[in-house]
This record gives sequence, structure tokens and C-alpha cells, in this order.
Amino acid sequence: MAAVIELEHVTFSYGEEAEDQGFIEDLSLSVEEGSFVAVLGHNGSGKSTIAKLLSGLKLPQKGRVFVCGIDTSDEERELEAKKNIGMVFQTPDNQIVATIVEEDVAFGPENLGVEPSEIRRRVDEALAAVGMEEYKDHAPNKLSGGQKQRVAIAGVLAMQPRCMVLDEPTAMLDPRGRGEVMKTILRLREQYGMTIVLITHYMNEAAMADRVVVMDDGRVAADGTPREIFSQVQKLKQLGLDVPQPTELIDQLKQAGIDLPDGILTVDECVQAVTRAFMEE
Amino acid sequence: MLKDITIGQYYPAFSVIHAMDPRVKFLMMIGFIVVIFLAWNIAALGLVLVFCLAVLFLSRVPVKVYLKSLKPIIPIIIFTAVLNALYIDGEVLWKWWIIEITKEGLLRSGYVALRIIMLILITSVLTYTTTPTQLTDAIERVFSPLNRLKIDVHVFAMIMTIALRFIPTLIEETEKIMNAQKSRGADLETGSLLQRVRALLPILIPLLFSAFHRAFELADAMECRCYHGGKGRTRLKQLKCAGRDYAAIGIFLPVCAGIICASVLIPIF
Ligand SMILES: Nc1ncnc2c1ncn2[C@@H]1O[C@H](COP(=O)(O)OP(=O)(O)O)[C@@H](O)[C@H]1O
Ligand SMILES: [Mg+2]
Repeated sequence: MAAVIELEHVTFSYGEEAEDQGFIEDLSLSVEEGSFVAVLGHNGSGKSTIAKLLSGLKLPQKGRVFVCGIDTSDEERELEAKKNIGMVFQTPDNQIVATIVEEDVAFGPENLGVEPSEIRRRVDEALAAVGMEEYKDHAPNKLSGGQKQRVAIAGVLAMQPRCMVLDEPTAMLDPRGRGEVMKTILRLREQYGMTIVLITHYMNEAAMADRVVVMDDGRVAADGTPREIFSQVQKLKQLGLDVPQPTELIDQLKQAGIDLPDGILTVDECVQAVTRAFMEE
Repeated sequence: MLKDITIGQYYPAFSVIHAMDPRVKFLMMIGFIVVIFLAWNIAALGLVLVFCLAVLFLSRVPVKVYLKSLKPIIPIIIFTAVLNALYIDGEVLWKWWIIEITKEGLLRSGYVALRIIMLILITSVLTYTTTPTQLTDAIERVFSPLNRLKIDVHVFAMIMTIALRFIPTLIEETEKIMNAQKSRGADLETGSLLQRVRALLPILIPLLFSAFHRAFELADAMECRCYHGGKGRTRLKQLKCAGRDYAAIGIFLPVCAGIICASVLIPIF
């Protein structure tokens, strides 16, 4: 099966009450092996709920969720499913368990009963992959937010998952920490071909993905390449989202009657398009 | 101010004592505490003292650091010593009104003071030379036979680890909240006791709320990392007894035997 993650007609609500019912209704989504999917959406649009469904922390009331072909509601294969999907959460502090960095990274493999020598190898490899090897003996509470988040990523990597789901991993970081974490995510994708689902509300982060899924009120409002998605400036604004600044500028210029192409995402592309347009005039 | 609290007072150094298996250190400390309470005369206490000093010397932790660990309990030492000096009957050395100081009393208070000091020093050796993680590991393994009594020792060790991990985080948070409330004009330092307790509420409530929030999030993160209790769990760091541990046991047991013999064979005073 090429899809690592598969949601099939999923219906889910937090409460038993009738009025709460169907927060997510009949949602279907699949993520191909090796792809990098960004999930966008305003606050309360159901992004974290999807993360919880994927991780098996919550089970759907209707429909099924598959991780690497394993149904998350299959109790006998629970660990196997969890091992294959690495979750990284928003608050750096609340996902680090141990008092020493390398022991925290070892936590997942320890739970899986991996041999000590193999744990050692995986811990070293994971810390190197996130560029934190020199901090292996440090106490996590002495690290910066970006460093903590990289330790959290290493902790997930050490389980050797097939895919990673990151729920707003940069939301609580300063610009520098945000840069560190994004660079780490991109490196995982290049070096390991890791399947990545990045939940974010930063448009520039989403623009780095191969595919963007926009959520609104528990349903998929748009799904496509960053270029397709971000060229629909008006629609994004209706969904309560910003667009990347270069895209916004181009859109405004177009409305002012200047002839410019669609789907501009980066500053470079924006500069080129604008200079070309003015040269022609 | 709150930042100065240190949890687990590990003092990094390269020494035999640092390198020893934490389980062995932990068990020896327990054994030695028992022996200290069995030492009832000068000969026995002298042996205890010599052993204690030898261990301190081997640990390569500066004497200054040990003295610092003794400082907070000086009042307790003085208090118990004075009580003992006053309440033991015997050959009177000095008398004023109803207060009598006897030779036996003085001796006894000296013993008691010495014993308390030894207790503190020997436990400090353990905490200075063992990281908190090693210590929880050791405790988990030393008490693992209790598993047979259906007591889940692993859970207690896990709780200890998480507490050690989060105490600094919560202290930091307390400071943040305190500063936030102070900047809004909260007065935490003056007023009657009741007023001060009431002023603390706006700090305690957000702190408690955040602690619970953290606990739920951590539980989710642990579950996602396949945590399912102690069953089938392996460890990155294996504890191994090496030659030095057997040597230490080989020295420790005869010393204990010697102290107990001295204590039993020589009369109390
Ligand atoms: N534990 C919960 N219990 C009840 N309702 C919840 C819970 N978590 C989230 N919700 C509700 O579900 C909706 C979607 O939340 P969430 O998935 O966290 O959104 P997002 O991550 O996109 O901001 C919100 O309306 C929120 O109030
Ligand atoms: Mg969220």
C-alpha cells in the first residue's frame, strides 16, 4: 500500500451530546509514502483533532483510520501503529520525559523493548540527525525552545517511524527556533525520505510542502499543491487564513490592473515577476 | 530566589565512588545507616568516623561542599545535643538551679551529634556522586523484588523521574506568574498571614491549572511514544557491577562487622 496514512469516511466528536456530534464528519484523506503534506486552517478548524486521530489517542466514532495499513482501533497492533507514526506536539516542555537529553531520546525505543546496544546506536543517530549530539548529556530544561523541539523530534526518530506528524511544532518558538526546526524537518525529508505531515498556521512553512490541505470546520476545504492553493487568495481569506506576503502583494497588484502570473510564493519569484511586468510597460 | 533551589545535588567529578554501581552505593548507604545506629561507644564510633572520612576523601568532592550540606542541620544537632546533655543522670560536673550537666550526659550528646553528622555526610556522599537518574534507576532495581507482592515499583520510579524533570520547569513558571502578579500590584511580602495567604492564591491557582495541563499533554506524548508501563521495557543504560563494586563490598562488610563487634563487646561508656 503506497498510502502511509489513510482516513476513510471518519466521523468524530469530542462529546456524547447530540449538539457536539459530528465535529468531523465523513472525512477522507490519504497521505502517500514519502510526501510532505502541510495542513493549514484557522484556530479550531480541527487540525489537532486530526493529529489525535492519526496518533490513535482518539478513535473515530465512524469510519476507520489506517497507519501503514494498521487500523488504529486494532488493540492488538496498537504499539505497532504508534511506533510507525511519530508525533511532535506544540509545547516543547510537555513532551520531554527524562532529566537528560539522551535518556529522553531513548524513551521510545526503551518502551518498545529494543536491545540496549541498538538503543545506543539509534539515540546517537537520531541526535546527529537533528544536530543535537553535543547536548546529549544536558538537562532538557536548560535548552532553548528550538533545541527542546529538536530533542522531541529526535525522540520520535529513535522509534524509526515511517511517518511523522508535527502539530504546530514552531508555534511557541522565536523566529530563530522556528528556523532551526524547519531546517531539521526539511533535512529529515531529504536524508531519510520521511513522510511528513506538518500542521501549521505559518504560510511560509506550508509553502515548503508538496501538498497543502486546508481545513475548515472539520472538513477539507481545499487540497492541492502550494501553488494551486495560494493562488486562491480570496478563498483563503474567507477561510480565515493569511496568504504568503509575496502572493498577497501580487494579488493586490493584479487587482490594480497590472498583468501578473498566478501562483507566486517566494520573494524571489515576486521580485522577478514584478520587474518583468514593469520592464514590459 | 527560587532558582537557587537545587534538586539532586550531583557534583560531577571522576572518582571511584562516582563510578560505582548506584545500586551498590544505595544499599551500602542503607546498611551503613543501620550500623551508625548500632555504634554505641567510642571504639565503634571511631571506626564509623574513619570509614566515613575515607569515603569522603575517595569521592573527590571538596570538603567545603560537604560542610555546606551540614549547615542546615546545625540547629538540630545543637538542640539534640543540649537535650541529651541535660537529661542524662550520672556524675555531676556542673550545677545551677535545676540544671545539671553530667559527664555521661556530655559524652552522650557528643555521640549523638557525631552520629547525626555521619548520617548526613554518608547520605551526601550518595547524592553528590550519583545523578538523580542513576538514583531512580537504582531504586527501581533494588526494590524490584517488591513486584512479586504486586507493587508496581516501575511506576514509582517513573513518577520520581517525571517529578525531577518537571520541578525546574514548574519553579520557572512560578517565578513568571509571581512576577506577572507583582507587576499588577500584588503584594506578596507584607500584611497579616491571612492577607499573604490570600495574595498567594492568584499564584497557586494558575500554577495548578498549568501543572494539570502539562500532565495531560505529557501523558499523551508518552502514549504516542509507546509507553505502556514497565512490562517489556529495556533500558539504554544498563547497570553493571564491576571489580570496584565487589572490592567496595569486600571492604564494607568487614568494616560493618568490626563496628558491630566493637559496639557489642565493649561496654557502653
Ligand atoms: N478535548 C476536547 N474536548 C472537547 N472539545 C474539543 C477538545 N479539543 C478540541 N475541541 C474542539 O474541537 C474543535 C477543533 O479543535 P482543534 O482540533 O484543536 O483545532 P485546531 O488544532 O485546528 O486549532 C474546536 O472547536 C475545539 O473547541
Ligand atoms: Mg491545534
